[in-house]
Amino acid sequence: MKYAYFPGCALKSSAIEYDMSTQEVARKLGIELAEIEDWICCGATPAHLTLHLLSLALPVKNLLKAQKEKLEVVTCCAACFNRLKVANHFMQTDEEHRVKVNTIVDANYHGDVVVKHFLEVLINDYGLERIAKRAVKKLENLKVASYYGCLLIRPPEVMKFDDPEDPHSMDDLMKVLGAEAINWPYKHECCGASFSIARTDIVLRLTNDVLRMAKEAGAEMVAVACPLCHSNLDMRQMDIAKKYKHYDLPVLYFTQILGLALGIEPRKLGLNKHFVDPMKLLKKKGVI
Amino acid sequence: MKWFVSHQTLSSDFLKEVEWISGETLSHCYQCGKCSAGCPISFEMDYLPNQIIRMVQLGMREAVLQSKTIWLCVSCITCTTRCPRNIDIAEIMDALRRMAYKYKIRAAERDIFIFNHVFIKNIEWFSRLYEFGLIGAFNLFSGKLFKDIMKGPGMFLKGKLGLFPHKIRSKEVEELFKKSRELAAKK
Repeated sequence: MKYAYFPGCALKSSAIEYDMSTQEVARKLGIELAEIEDWICCGATPAHLTLHLLSLALPVKNLLKAQKEKLEVVTCCAACFNRLKVANHFMQTDEEHRVKVNTIVDANYHGDVVVKHFLEVLINDYGLERIAKRAVKKLENLKVASYYGCLLIRPPEVMKFDDPEDPHSMDDLMKVLGAEAINWPYKHECCGASFSIARTDIVLRLTNDVLRMAKEAGAEMVAVACPLCHSNLDMRQMDIAKKYKHYDLPVLYFTQILGLALGIEPRKLGLNKHFVDPMKLLKKKGVI
Repeated sequence: MKWFVSHQTLSSDFLKEVEWISGETLSHCYQCGKCSAGCPISFEMDYLPNQIIRMVQLGMREAVLQSKTIWLCVSCITCTTRCPRNIDIAEIMDALRRMAYKYKIRAAERDIFIFNHVFIKNIEWFSRLYEFGLIGAFNLFSGKLFKDIMKGPGMFLKGKLGLFPHKIRSKEVEELFKKSRELAAKK
């Protein structure tokens, strides 16, 4: 299994532990992730708010690089995943945009490079039963609230990934690893995403609601699949504690939780890079 | 709050322009309110999403483009997912932001506008987001010089904040920006 890997900007910087854990998990499972050479920023949210054609050209430029290698693209960042899929959607269905974007990127692209999220690869391509067999550490007694965020599953016609109102893919992965997947109502409520810097007050209010709901539903840990969700729930948890309430709820990337179950060392998964230390809880639960 | 919707506003081209730029048929909206009900930022907005759609239908250009709402939309796409008339409200908000940008209407949410602008310039120069530069530039231009400064040491010591941008410095991103702007101007 070989894929063209598009890490995106966050995974090489503020979400480096997501990249570390993904690479470790992929290596352990025998999934080859070949990083796209000289990939460029997908533009994320700011691009489509300001320059529409650019917001399509940036992802398409990356997809062309993968097309040359004849590989499917895998990404971990929810925003990159969303932008790559939206760009493909426009190139497939909208002739006017296809012509204009092809002029900008100087190619004849029709939106045919397949784009998958790493969670999708694990569930659909690799298979949950195979993962269960490879798990060496049971995550029993660990109550995990899977937090999907927005861009991973919406808009459903474009993303075609999981149910947009009641997603379960991450929960399925957690269950197969032996953890208890908590049922809770804020699975896909927005964390405030890119407002983290510009309107931190809004992010604190939204993330406080998310953490409060997770805690009230009995969660001991929150699993995420997006660097911004992680940053808002983890890096900003101290700010949430100052303004609202202290939760002490560790937030882990699903790849880190999977990595632990596969027996990978916590250090290699970047577990020491979080602001809310998960080690105490993991030791208590006998995971490490 | 009271507005006077005159004959001029009702017969304005604003609705047609927004429908053209967004590619969405706003006239289909029958004000069910599902978009506003699901919007996570509705608490902070001056007009709810469904109200913005109604205001566009009524041709209220200034009120819409000067609103806080269009900048506070965080693109979570909940509204688009739930609209029973298949209207992509998130795309309409995008179109309204781009129109405000184009007509140089001062953004009602300054910091959000500054953030977007600084982000775009950052990737134009460095091809990949240079986070340290982004935060520094935002703090400088928004006047909040010491915002989040306490997070810096933690992020740096954990290896999550590079002091320097990534090595790639290809010309292709500059080219993409240039061509995109040229094509957009032609319309």
